[in-house]
Amino acid sequence: MTETLSTFTPPTRFAVPGRIAVSNRAAALWQTATLTEIRRETPHAATYRFAVPAWAGHLPGQHLMLRLTAEDGYVAQRHYSIASAPDDEGHIELTLDHVEGGEVSGWFHTVARPGDQVEVRGPLSGFFAWPGDRPALLIGAGSGVVPLMSMVRHRRARRSDVPLRLLVSARSPEELIYAGELGAETTPVFTRSAPAGVPVGRMAAAHVAPLLAEAPEGGWEAYVCGSNAFAEHASRLLVAAGQPVDRIRIERFG
Amino acid sequence: MNVTRGFTGRPRVPDAGLPPGQYDAGDDWPVLSAEVTPELSPADWTFRVDGLVEEPRTWDWEEAHALPGSVYEGDIHCVTSWSKFGVRFGGVSLDAFLDAVRPRAAATHVVAYSHTGYTTNLPLADLTGGRAWLAWEFDGKPLSAEHGGPARLLVPHLYFWKSAKWIAGLRILDHDEPGFWEQNGYHARGNPWEEQRYSGD
Repeated sequence: MTETLSTFTPPTRFAVPGRIAVSNRAAALWQTATLTEIRRETPHAATYRFAVPAWAGHLPGQHLMLRLTAEDGYVAQRHYSIASAPDDEGHIELTLDHVEGGEVSGWFHTVARPGDQVEVRGPLSGFFAWPGDRPALLIGAGSGVVPLMSMVRHRRARRSDVPLRLLVSARSPEELIYAGELGAETTPVFTRSAPAGVPVGRMAAAHVAPLLAEAPEGGWEAYVCGSNAFAEHASRLLVAAGQPVDRIRIERFG
Repeated sequence: MNVTRGFTGRPRVPDAGLPPGQYDAGDDWPVLSAEVTPELSPADWTFRVDGLVEEPRTWDWEEAHALPGSVYEGDIHCVTSWSKFGVRFGGVSLDAFLDAVRPRAAATHVVAYSHTGYTTNLPLADLTGGRAWLAWEFDGKPLSAEHGGPARLLVPHLYFWKSAKWIAGLRILDHDEPGFWEQNGYHARGNPWEEQRYSGD
């Protein structure tokens, strides 16, 4: 018996193949990124815009690896989702939370200024990417909205009419990242304080069920991004509302 | 070396146990899975080893637990750059399962797959010789579902995406076949000491 199977597919449900080819050459190469602009989004989050002239392009939802190097050669590297749409040629934007005690986010929030250079490699991973071809239901919390915003921006830039909805959870309107950019596709959920007349509370079945009830033909491709606790909660809501588990992609903050 | 202006990093002492590009996550154990956490009870769990073997076999929970117990005490390393020191997993050495099915001479690689359908590929040599486990306890307690319970693969000398959660089986092959993350641009082997993070490293 010689196994010549070209691809082994296990007898289970989640075998979502990477339908998006990832460039191994781009992913292997460290490039210099020059900070050109810093925009405050919320009291705890800011957007960092970089010029990366040889950036090979990315798909909404992809992430990159970012590296900072200290004078003694010490290196810190982290994965960050890309916030900008692919159409922003030669530039990428990252939106970073100021993590308490964060080694890399701390440098960004207290030291970084335009002209500074860091290193990036990517884009990485085709799994959480949305090329814009299928109806997408996006669910995020806190800075989990970052890769989802890249998808929203991409759809707008293309003037696409592929159905897309964004359900986003934030503590308060002040902490809702990209608040000024969110439009009719977005339903915000506030967990601590909300504008007058808007309920306060955790994301619930009542938010998710109507979106599944109005699912386009063929259903949604669901993308969930946030802390692990939020990802567990949101993915359970989706499954309970009837979304197939093999059409839920999850990106958890590690 | 491209020094980043004003970046000093955390206060640190050199740690010989930390592979290049990694940091110590301390007490944290981040959860990184791309799929919905399955509700899988020990009663529903099975583990199969087949492909290029003399005697393909499936173990249920009780049969797997009847094998001699084995503990891993040491470190684990995630490709997203955290490492966790001094962890303790309990389970069974993978050698016990492989010895029972007897891989054929032509066997070189393995696809490990989960009850969710997640897959990852490994050289067979990385799973033998007391370097890989099927683990169901962490710190003396049952492994939580978020971390792959009731049972996960444990290959601590490689990046942790190789340690498939909710392990369902191994298919033994005579060729290498990229798994889930490997199809998405990650390295075929994933040795943290060589920084084999992405394809092309």
